[in-house]
Amino acid sequence: MSRFERFAHLRAALQSARRYFRCHLLMAALFIAAPALAQEAPDAIVKRVANDVITTIKSDPAIQAGNEARIREVLEAKLLPNFDFTRMTALAMGKNWRTATPEQQKRVTDEFRALLVRTYSGALNNYRNETIDYKPLRMSPADTDVTVRTVVVRATGSPIPIDYNMTKTPDGWKCYDVIVGGVSLVTNYRDEFNDQVQKGGVDALIKTLSDRNRGVAAK
Amino acid sequence: MTTLVRPQFHPQLLAQALKRACALVAVALVTGCATTGPASKDDPLEPMNRALFEVHDAVDTAVLRPAAQAYVDVVPQPLRQGVSNVFNNINDFFSGINGVLQGKLDKAGDDFGRVLLNTAFGLGGIFDLASMVGIERGNEDFGQTFGVWGFPQGPYLFIPVVGPTTVRDGAGLAVRFVWGPNYYVNEEALRWSIYGIGYLDLRSEALDASKVVDTAALDRYTFIRNAYLQRRRYLVYDGKPPPEPEE
Repeated sequence: MSRFERFAHLRAALQSARRYFRCHLLMAALFIAAPALAQEAPDAIVKRVANDVITTIKSDPAIQAGNEARIREVLEAKLLPNFDFTRMTALAMGKNWRTATPEQQKRVTDEFRALLVRTYSGALNNYRNETIDYKPLRMSPADTDVTVRTVVVRATGSPIPIDYNMTKTPDGWKCYDVIVGGVSLVTNYRDEFNDQVQKGGVDALIKTLSDRNRGVAAK
Repeated sequence: MTTLVRPQFHPQLLAQALKRACALVAVALVTGCATTGPASKDDPLEPMNRALFEVHDAVDTAVLRPAAQAYVDVVPQPLRQGVSNVFNNINDFFSGINGVLQGKLDKAGDDFGRVLLNTAFGLGGIFDLASMVGIERGNEDFGQTFGVWGFPQGPYLFIPVVGPTTVRDGAGLAVRFVWGPNYYVNEEALRWSIYGIGYLDLRSEALDASKVVDTAALDRYTFIRNAYLQRRRYLVYDGKPPPEPEE
């Protein structure tokens, strides 16, 4: 065995050891970080996500130029992972949720999600330097359902209270209802969803939602 | 006002829409409650309201919304803010009265304090100094007072130009108008100009909301009704409404 070969072996061993070690380091990091992430407090999540989205909107030239596709991208990446759309849709459908097949449930959820994204990206176009006040969160460690209260202070006009109802899931706290000035999003859709289901079943609801998402105007 | 709305004003379209809407109202009044459909317990007059909503929508699309948009486009923001503040200052006074009527003296004190400060040092209410120093608006009105006194809200109503209301809130609005200072302005032209500017102020603040409704609603009539009733309930309970019973 030449010196060179021995050296090569050594190098290979060292490399695999390093890989092995790096892999473990990564795993260790994940194990330490994962519970920390999962346990991020609900109010901390709202604050972090709101700041992140606002900072991006303010600094992104495409968004400043009114590019709605770019706004949607930002929402998809930063905001939407913090929502529990299945729960939101189930609550909006009420008793009709249980009569829907899993396939229908999934389609309503997807269409409802798309509708909300459209609405939000339109509304964020109106963003004009508002600041957000965060109210102190009252919760006990055993809670699995909390309301994070905020107030949006505008340069002109009255402040708007916005509450986020959040639920604890295995992936951390997720928002399932937004209440703007006392108007709950889920409650507002409950009658609308029910009307559609009464008219033509869950499929009618799916059709109306997808029509709206394809830009067919409402009555 | 005609000069303001000229770019978007289409008299034929409006006439057509109104004709259609009037026919709908007539049909609704004739068929009345016989019309079947998913009825909401808060909205027993839904067929009539829907017809009136159509009337409103025609007028709003042809005149009110373009006028409000023109107001925003033409009048600079600081001036509009001043106009808004003057109307709000008068509203704060009535909010104070309603605070007293509901026994919420803290809130009433804030409202009267706001009016004093803004009238005396904010040039008759043009500047909202009270908000700058953090005195919050009570946001009370006669409809809420009737609610706090225990009057039921009564059937939901949609009144063209006025918008969503209920029997209780409509009565409150009527009291507000009869007691409002503008009711006693004798010069007719001046009185209607003030109403007109007040309306433009309100409608222009709702322009963004209109856009949201256009995107978000499956059925705009239902969407607006539900949002209105939720909002009023929230205000009557001062932001802490008890949870509604699940069906």
